[in-house]
Amino acid sequence: MPAELILWCVAGLLVAAAVGVAMARRAVARPVVYGICLVASLAALLVAVGALLASPKASAASLPLGLPWLGAHFRIDALAAFFLVVVNLGAAAASLYALGYGRHEHAPHRVLPFFPVFLAGMNLVVLADDAFTFLLSWEFMSLSSWALVMAHHRVADNVRAAYVYLVMASFGTLCLLLAFALLAGVDGAYGFEAMRNHRFGPTSAALILTFALLGAGSKAGIVPLHVWLPLAHPAAPSHVSALMSGVMTKVAVYGFIRIVLDLLGTPEWGWSMVVLALGGITSLMGVLYALMQHDLKRLLAYHTVENIGIIFIGLGLTMAFQAYQVTWAAALALTAALFHVLNHSLFKSLLFFGSGAVLTATGERDMEHLGGLIHRMPYTAFTFLVGCVAISALPPLNGFVSEWLTFQAILQSPDLPPWGLKIIIPAVGAMLALSAALAAACFVKAFGVTFLGRPRSPAAAQASEVDRFSLVTMFAFAALCLLAGILPGAVIDSLAPVVGGLVGDRMPVQLAVPWLSIVPIAEARSSYNGLLIFVFITLSASLAVYAIHRFASRALRRAPPWDCGFPDPRPITQYTAGSFAQPIRRVFGTSVFLAREHVDMPPPGDRRPARLEVQMRDLIWEGIYVPVAGAVDATAGRLNILQFQTIRRYLSLVVAALVALLLVLAIWL
Amino acid sequence: MALIHDLAVQGGQLLLVLLMAPLLTGFVRKVKARLLRRQGAPIIQPYRDLARLLQKDVVLADNASWLFRVAPYLIFAATWVAAALVPTFATNLLYSWTADLIAIAALLGSVRFFMALAGLDVGTSFGGIGSSREMMIASLAEPAILMIVFTVALVAKSTQLSTISDFILSTHVGLRISLGLVLVGLIIVAIAENARIPVDNPATHLELTMVHEAMILEYSGRHLAVIELAASLKLLLFVSLIACLFAPWGLVRADAGLAGYFVGAVAWLGKLAVGGVLLALFETVIAKMRVFRVPIFLGASLMLGLLGTLLLFVTRGL
Repeated sequence: MPAELILWCVAGLLVAAAVGVAMARRAVARPVVYGICLVASLAALLVAVGALLASPKASAASLPLGLPWLGAHFRIDALAAFFLVVVNLGAAAASLYALGYGRHEHAPHRVLPFFPVFLAGMNLVVLADDAFTFLLSWEFMSLSSWALVMAHHRVADNVRAAYVYLVMASFGTLCLLLAFALLAGVDGAYGFEAMRNHRFGPTSAALILTFALLGAGSKAGIVPLHVWLPLAHPAAPSHVSALMSGVMTKVAVYGFIRIVLDLLGTPEWGWSMVVLALGGITSLMGVLYALMQHDLKRLLAYHTVENIGIIFIGLGLTMAFQAYQVTWAAALALTAALFHVLNHSLFKSLLFFGSGAVLTATGERDMEHLGGLIHRMPYTAFTFLVGCVAISALPPLNGFVSEWLTFQAILQSPDLPPWGLKIIIPAVGAMLALSAALAAACFVKAFGVTFLGRPRSPAAAQASEVDRFSLVTMFAFAALCLLAGILPGAVIDSLAPVVGGLVGDRMPVQLAVPWLSIVPIAEARSSYNGLLIFVFITLSASLAVYAIHRFASRALRRAPPWDCGFPDPRPITQYTAGSFAQPIRRVFGTSVFLAREHVDMPPPGDRRPARLEVQMRDLIWEGIYVPVAGAVDATAGRLNILQFQTIRRYLSLVVAALVALLLVLAIWL
Repeated sequence: MALIHDLAVQGGQLLLVLLMAPLLTGFVRKVKARLLRRQGAPIIQPYRDLARLLQKDVVLADNASWLFRVAPYLIFAATWVAAALVPTFATNLLYSWTADLIAIAALLGSVRFFMALAGLDVGTSFGGIGSSREMMIASLAEPAILMIVFTVALVAKSTQLSTISDFILSTHVGLRISLGLVLVGLIIVAIAENARIPVDNPATHLELTMVHEAMILEYSGRHLAVIELAASLKLLLFVSLIACLFAPWGLVRADAGLAGYFVGAVAWLGKLAVGGVLLALFETVIAKMRVFRVPIFLGASLMLGLLGTLLLFVTRGL
């Protein structure tokens, strides 16, 4: 039943797309399209929450679409239900936000038809129960999001971003196609049920895993397949950026979990090392890239890469524990990863909504032209601050809980026998710790430079608060971040059927623990209580405020800043995004980005200003993508002669190709 | 009745750390002054400073936002909660399970986050330099703490402070190389976290190398008072933490009764005194470091923590 209900919601979304096509240029289209999207997503969200909490057994549906002898199969189990919750929560929020934000869209006819299709595609990927439907929906999702990235195609960078995205998306789909081809085997068993029952040999399992990692990883943004992500996510309109970063990357994570943990069975422990190493490198590189950015949306996009790394660390730990049948620890690691999936979709959407609000109010994405917005946009600033605290993994908000669970999972791993894991897991733990600390620095920079200080441009000085729809959305997500942080037990308990279905075990029931603490294993080993921490901090802060204002002094007067006696009223004397990151660039960037600083100091008497020039290189782009693109270009150049042949040559080429293929077939069979 | 008793003990610890924190700061200053052959201010000078600051007007910069006014109280509250959760005289207090060692480290991260934001709020160059350098230091100090926590947690099989100190007290742990490594690491981190020499100098105001003092330069009156109190609390927290992890002798359990508490409190005061003297001694004999030497200093701590963890990982199950 739930599967059919969600298919109805998808049908509703497709109707919205049709409305978007028909009335794209009329003003009434925006509220209608986003309104339908909001209602459909909310309905799907309710169904998915119901499926996750209420009914443990899977629900299936099929439609006579797709391949004639196959049809399209859909199924909701606990895993799909959880990811449908994530998708539709993000989708509902983005639709609500877009009701207000979309007003400023100057090309609505390039956004309105594709937005509902994008939502429908993500829902269908999670619903799909056979390889054909999965891949088709995946392409649906990729192409509609590509169209949304191209919405503002007159901006030169966006065209390049969309091109890189299209190439990487095609590569990803190709890899997934190969993975599913291997999963389906020679009989062409495309249904997921048949794949689940099939046992795979070590070679084909290794190939399937590699292709799944490449295919889902390129969509999720694993380093070094992340290059399209920081280009494409910021290029789209902000509510779409929120969906791409907060939700679409999670659909990719879903694809990986579905293939590797569900369809494939338990891989060898060696593969968990690969996933762990990739996760660690991804989280560290993602945050370092993010720190070096001064474009707010690009910073957030790079930071998505970091969070994907954290999720993959959790998945790698799950695979390691699974390989040795330590199911309770695998359940802990998988819960941590899935919790982080939910958390990241919450705070990353919130932050992209906030950056969209800043973009609406000032027309700027470059932090070097912002500043002081906390005075002009107090509500946006507050919600953005909540998002920053949450994403920096600081208690008592939600980001901390999932990182804490990941750390707890790491602490359970020394008993795993292989030496490789014994060495790689502490190293990954150190990378995770390092990236958590750098994330805090990154978001001090993002919030501090954008919202604090003095305005650095007239646009920032004249900004005004955004519309109510946007504010309601942002406040709702900020509240969810707090709720998931202080009541993590509820989230962990509702994840139990998902985890149980995949690893065959679950974490202890958390809501039964006194005082609503979370206790992953036993209270003597570790526990955390976000609710009490929140209450304690609130109480002691209020107590301090009350006592001081009551018994000491409450007098206050305003004066110019002190600044050690040399205040300079010009905003140019403030710290900028670049100068804030300079110490970290010197510590980490000199090796990772080969960052070089050069001071151009004019000689005495010369009145030219001194300049500090910073050179940074993207070694991944230069080392992998430039050579590959060069090789493709060179090959294409060589093959170009094929385009200028006579008709006789073409005919003989065709005949030769045909004969060669027939020969191959004859020899093979 | 038992609950009231437990609440009273927990509340007692809450008040104890609050009242003792300025005394420890004053004590360190006094010892430092005597080592430099100065008379030094009386030990209770920090209390007087706080009382004076609390009575004064707040002079707020023209463009300071609400965050600037809220941050001191948040910083103070989070530090106070963290300090009250570290065992001082007794373990297993009523709320000792609220936050384990990882959560306490993260609470200090929250404190630093708001401190750095407050530094950026007025938009002065001094505030910016302080925040930027603080986050650079934190980017190495925080992972170092976590790796140290990992090592200790792997030895004791727990991240709960009470369980760890019980474990080190009750069984014969003996000398462990990994614990020795992380003790050195934790001391390095504690020095950096508390902005002491050689990382930062708590006694300067007009030096380009200042970090902590630069961030709070714009604060005055009661705001400055609570921030100073939070800084004292943080110093107390780290001394208590090192004492509780590496020298838990004298710690009693929560059900020890009044006589037990007295013993625990005396032992704790003794440890604070030893910690204070050692800190003052260390600060007197060493010179301030250039700011870009700090990453090497802290990187050593991170490496020590990682080595300790690795050692435990590879020796487990042999």
